[in-house]
Amino acid sequence: MKKFILALLAVFPMLAIAAGPSLNLDEAGNDLSDKESLKRGFQSYLNYCLGCHELQYQRYNRTFKDLGIDEAEGVEKWMPTGEKSGDHIKNTMPAKDAAAWFGSSPPDLTLEARFRSPDYIYTYLRTFYVDENRPFGVNNKVFPDVGMPHVLQGLQGIRTINENGELSEAKGGSMTEEEYDAFVRDLTNFLEYTAEPNKLERQNLGYWVIGFLFILLILAYLLKKEYWRDVH
Amino acid sequence: MSNVPVNNGRRRFLTAATSVVGGVGVIGVAVPFIGSWNPSARAKAAGAPVEVDVSKIEPGQMIRAEWRGKPVYVIRRTEDIIDALPKHDDQLRDPESKEAQQPTYATNGYRSIKPEFMVALGVCTHLGCAPTHHKGDFEEFVTGVKNGFFCPCHGSKFDMAGRVFQGVPAPLNLVVPDHSFPTENTLLIGVAPGEA
Amino acid sequence: MNSFMAWIEKRLPFMDAMNKHAIQYPAPKNFNFWYVFGVLATVILVNQILTGVWLTMNYEPSGEGAFASIEYIMRDVDYGWLLRYMHSTGASAFFIVIYLHMFRGVIYGSYQKPRELLWIFGMLIYLVLMAEAFMGYLLPWGNMSYWGAQVIISLFGAIPVIGEELTIWIKGDYVISGATLNRFFALHVIALPLVLVILVFLHILALHEVGSNNPDGTNIKKPKGSMKPEELSKFTFHEQYTKKYDIVDAIPFHPYYTVKDLVAIVIFLILFSWVMFFAPEGGGYFLEAPNFTPANGLKTPEHIAPVWYFGPFYTVLRVIPEKLIGMIAMFAAIGMLFALPWFDRGVVRSFRYRSKIHLFNLTQFAVCFVALGVLGTMPASDLANLAGRIATFGYFGFFVALWIYSKNERTKPVPERVTG
Repeated sequence: MKKFILALLAVFPMLAIAAGPSLNLDEAGNDLSDKESLKRGFQSYLNYCLGCHELQYQRYNRTFKDLGIDEAEGVEKWMPTGEKSGDHIKNTMPAKDAAAWFGSSPPDLTLEARFRSPDYIYTYLRTFYVDENRPFGVNNKVFPDVGMPHVLQGLQGIRTINENGELSEAKGGSMTEEEYDAFVRDLTNFLEYTAEPNKLERQNLGYWVIGFLFILLILAYLLKKEYWRDVH
Repeated sequence: MSNVPVNNGRRRFLTAATSVVGGVGVIGVAVPFIGSWNPSARAKAAGAPVEVDVSKIEPGQMIRAEWRGKPVYVIRRTEDIIDALPKHDDQLRDPESKEAQQPTYATNGYRSIKPEFMVALGVCTHLGCAPTHHKGDFEEFVTGVKNGFFCPCHGSKFDMAGRVFQGVPAPLNLVVPDHSFPTENTLLIGVAPGEA
Repeated sequence: MNSFMAWIEKRLPFMDAMNKHAIQYPAPKNFNFWYVFGVLATVILVNQILTGVWLTMNYEPSGEGAFASIEYIMRDVDYGWLLRYMHSTGASAFFIVIYLHMFRGVIYGSYQKPRELLWIFGMLIYLVLMAEAFMGYLLPWGNMSYWGAQVIISLFGAIPVIGEELTIWIKGDYVISGATLNRFFALHVIALPLVLVILVFLHILALHEVGSNNPDGTNIKKPKGSMKPEELSKFTFHEQYTKKYDIVDAIPFHPYYTVKDLVAIVIFLILFSWVMFFAPEGGGYFLEAPNFTPANGLKTPEHIAPVWYFGPFYTVLRVIPEKLIGMIAMFAAIGMLFALPWFDRGVVRSFRYRSKIHLFNLTQFAVCFVALGVLGTMPASDLANLAGRIATFGYFGFFVALWIYSKNERTKPVPERVTG
């Protein structure tokens, strides 16, 4: 038995060697339980992202409820007129035209944080840099040759890249580096929320279920011990 | 083999305790299965309250709205119709709306919040057909009553407050759904007065 | 109540069957940790069926609606997210449990005479389970679902002459499409589960016919009359067993193993719940990241790998450069397992009493199997290929070596009675 385990341990160094190259991502450090952060992220999304990127699996009323926005206020201030609060968060951009303008249709972002990871989104929105060869004049460190323009350029400013592939600091934006990082963190937080709105509920339920199971385990164990006295 | 005598009391207690706690666990596991049958967010969104602009309805006219997949009749009753309502109580099965076919705030002579507007589900309480509105020519069905609803499927008859006449297959008055008037000209079907 | 039970019993001996198979079944008293995985597999099977049926209530089996219906279940259906995670975590848990269950069979020689058919039924269950999991994985219609199916189905294209036609026939279309999804849905939801349940039933019936093995590999059923009365087990067993054999070293399944299995089940549920509530994506192995985007025939994921539990056989396939030979090797790897009872020409069952060679062989087999599995999840590289080839050699070598040394193996004396 011991030999088996030892031999197994010998396999694990292989994991490290054979693993492929991984992207260097910055930690988003967002907190899903911070509702104010989520609200700011939601507002930013509506202002800067919704024009091109839908959240087709996320409903407005679910968002209001989870973020602590009163339904009436939500309908009035956070939604376009004419839509109902039970509707999904969509836009009016025609898909075919978008594909023509950007090379490919801007993807829906509801699940992006589960597809890529929050750290990816956080890093992506902060590592656009000047690249004359691209149609919109920018490229991106984590998504080379991306079709998206740097929508948040006004806030972050402009970064350039040197021969070693290092990015300069951002210049000319309306926000400082800390402000912009916080802005992106809130947006990332919101997207992590939309990818799995139930996450906090799931974890909370987990504590209760496992706690209950431990109690059941103690009783089951005592029961087993009691009956097995017959056998020993 | 153990030589220690069996402690039956301890065994029974532990078996019972484990069974009870285990039973709680089984109920806990059942919750998501049973809960998942509740109307989903999609069903609730589709069943959301419906707004109707009543300022466009002519006196005496009926419009049809749809709420939760069912037709809702909205009629702007004229003064004559409202005045005529108490006059045929003796021909009705449930003139005072004692059966719970309407919200408490609509348990009155005209079965609605405003006497001017009748709001009822266009679903015959017999077997569910949609009764037809007869404006002025209802006397062929009930003598002395000028306006009402006649259900073509099995001949049930209702008055202009949705109350069912005697001698027809339908047993109950037409259902009045929760409704309210958030503004003078807006009828909101599905939400009671005072509710968010 | 008693007369009601008697009325039923006379027409369908339900209580007698319960006694024979669940209550008064003589089980060796020295079952250890390795013997828990059969009942755990049954618990998981019940979980998969229940949650599966419930998911079917809201899932939409069409190319257009499948992906959205999963998000509908996750967001709009009350507790839908919990049912989904129970099902996805259950699928991976099933394979962990089954691999450990099979390993127990290998180390204790539970495949040897008279349990060869029991082993065959088990291998059939494993095969059907892999097909069931493969078809189930297409249903969410994510990008990894699509491309994983694409790769596996295209394997059949390697078969000479009929290969190309065969892949089109399997897909029901020229590419994987709604046609493929619909038929996989039908097979996954009813056809294969039915086959699985029948096979599990036969598996347990076959077990009870010959009786359970145990960690010492000894017989607990001695020839009738060969044991002194005071040596016989003091418990009551069903006469089906006692009239044919003198039973020693056994205890009735109920209450002793029902109560012990309950502890094992609760511990399993704790581990299962920990994964389900705190890490349902399983580090990206239980729910794979590319599957959070819809199936797209024009966009291949960066790294296509089958789900982790297919890893070992996928590696065997991948490290052999020639497509057809690779495919044959992959199926042969499973086939070798089927034939294990005949590769082992020895008569000593448990590794406790077998040679040092056998112990070494078992260890290297386990290491190679795990290595093959781990490599199956990694992108191809020269180093990975080399490691994979070594591990494949070790895997097939296990059977060959076993066949060679088992005929005249230097085994230790097997005790007459269990040692615990």
